[in-house]
Parts: sequence; C-alpha cells; structure tokens
Amino acid sequence: MASLKELKGRINSVKSTQKITKAKQMVAAAKLRKAQAAAEAARPYASRLAEVMGSLAAKVAGQDNGPLLMRGTGSDQRHLLVVVNTDKGLCGGLNSNIVKEAKAQARALIAAGKTVTFYLVGKKGRAPLRRDYPKAIVENFDTSTVRTPGFDEASAIAHQILAMFEAGKFDVAHLVAPKFKSALAQDPVTTQIIPVPAPTAAASADAVVEYEPGEEEILEELLPRYVTTQVFGALLEREASEQGASMTAMDNATRNAGELINKLTIQYNRSRQAAITTELIEIIAGAEAL
Amino acid sequence: MLHFELVTPARLVRSEQVYMVVVPGTDGEFGVLEGHAPFMSTVKDGTIKLYKSQGVAPEEIQVQGGFAEVSAKGLTVLAEHVEG
Repeated sequence: MASLKELKGRINSVKSTQKITKAKQMVAAAKLRKAQAAAEAARPYASRLAEVMGSLAAKVAGQDNGPLLMRGTGSDQRHLLVVVNTDKGLCGGLNSNIVKEAKAQARALIAAGKTVTFYLVGKKGRAPLRRDYPKAIVENFDTSTVRTPGFDEASAIAHQILAMFEAGKFDVAHLVAPKFKSALAQDPVTTQIIPVPAPTAAASADAVVEYEPGEEEILEELLPRYVTTQVFGALLEREASEQGASMTAMDNATRNAGELINKLTIQYNRSRQAAITTELIEIIAGAEAL
Repeated sequence: MLHFELVTPARLVRSEQVYMVVVPGTDGEFGVLEGHAPFMSTVKDGTIKLYKSQGVAPEEIQVQGGFAEVSAKGLTVLAEHVEG
C-alpha cells in the first residue's frame, strides 16, 4: 500500500501530464484546420495540371521518343522509395504505420528480385528504416528547419529526385506518404511518381490546340512540375495527417489520464479513511483501557 | 468577357471576368481576348497584364514559370510563384 504522500505525488504528476496532452490536443486541432485549408487550396493547381497533362500525354502517347520521365529507363530493376514521415512525434501510430507500409513495399520488391533504395523525408522514419535497411538509405531530406514545409521544399525534394533519376541512380520511384481521410484515419499509400504514370486521358481533344513552343517541349517542362506537385501534395497530406493523428492520440491520452486520476483519487481517499479509522480505533481502545 | 484564372500550387489567386490578358510566353508575349482559339504555351518569368475593361490601365502581376492554357472555358495560367 502506497503512502498518502506518494499517492498525492502520483496524482499531481498525472495531472500535469494531462495538462500537457490537453494543450497539445488543442494546438493540433487548431493546426489541423489550417493544414486542411492548405491542402484544400492546393487542389485546383493539382487538378488543372493533371488535366493539362492528360490532354498532352494522349497526344504524345505511342511515340517512342517521348520524354524520359514518361517512358522510363526501359528497366524496372532499381526502385527508389520516397518515404514521407513527420518530423515530430506525439502523433500516435502514424509514423509506425508509414514505416510499416514502406517496409512491406520494400519486402515485396526485394522478394521480386529488385533492389530497393530509400529517400527519406522527415525525421521520424530514419531510425526504424535504418535499423532494417542500413545500407539502402541514400538521402535524408530535413523538413524540420522550416515551420510549415511549402512548395519550395517540395521543389527542392523533387529536384534532388529528378537529378538522381537523370544520373541513372534508379529506374522507378514510388512515393510512400500518409493520406488524410479524417482525424481518425490516415492511411499510408504508395504511388508511383517516376516514370510518370500515363494519365487516363478520357478528355478527347475536341478542338485543335495550338502549342507553343511544341507539344514535346511543353511536356518536357510539365513532367518535372508534375512530380513536384505530387511531392507537394504529399507534404500537405502529411501535415494534415500529423495534426489529425496528434489530435486523436492526445485526446485519448487526456482521457486515459482522467481515468487514472479518478482511480488514484479513490485509492487516496480510501487509504485516508482507513488511516482515520485506525486512529479512531486506537484512541477508543486507549480510552477503554483506562 | 474572358474568364481568367491564375493558380499557384499554394492557392487559387484569381478567378474573374476580364477584358484582356497579356501573358509573357516563352516565345513572346501574347494577348488573350474572349473567343481565343485553343492554345497552350509555357510562361517565362515576367509580368501578366490584366485589362479589366477596354482602355483601362492594366493591373500587373509578377509571375515565375508555368503554363498558360486557353480553352473554351477561358484562360488558365498555372504559375509556380506569384508576387504579392
């Protein structure tokens, strides 16, 4: 049986933990709204770009001399996994889910006889992936130096990946990133970014479009931008997912702390009463003995 | 009137009806009026001139890199970066 003083100390310590988790929850809730708005605002650009690319790709499709980013290197032996993790913890199982997905992908690829390398974005994926694939990590990108990673960071990441592609370091690149569904559910998804998957161009070109300079030149410029947009989208999703997961995790933590406080308080009161009762019995027994 | 949209990765900057827009294309500036033929061009760093109505001094918007697409729906400029 813990002493009264010890119990009181524990209650106080749980209370201060609860204060922290509650504060973090509220911060996450506020940030989530902002992150969601940012993700929302980025959608028009992405959808327009996809539209433009769809109509262009339909025109260039079938030609052997299309841009390298579209037709790939002709082999699919070396794979690059771009894993987007968060920089900070306190967000429940989000990062471990992302890492799990990345590992599952890597295992499947390795089982198929391919070689896999990693490009890691965010701090939290480094340690667990390095433990399993110590030699496969080629690059880390640090997003923790800026407050909210924006298009500049996405562009830096994309340029680095594209430079690696042009240098012939890999054949196929996949992006592993969380997809924000709700504050409760953020599932990691894997999408192929290089070679750029040919979009399902349903939009039949109804009018003759004039291109300046040429179709291929435009496509040549458009594809890197498309990759950048994909990475940017992943960063935004990550931001929203992090805050959503953090909010849920901290809500749970706050509730657990509340339950623990109740339990400890009951225990504290019981032992206090027991102490009083024993004291009374002692006094009565003493008085009777006289 | 011409429907003009200016979009950056971060947000939709403009979406409005205008008289004419002059876009700095890679192969030279071009103006877009209502009923322009379908057209697509890359955009170099420069100034988009926005004429709200005929004969009015244009509003200038600095853009960096991107695409301009003219379709039946109007003019859409996808810019990487917009000043201000």
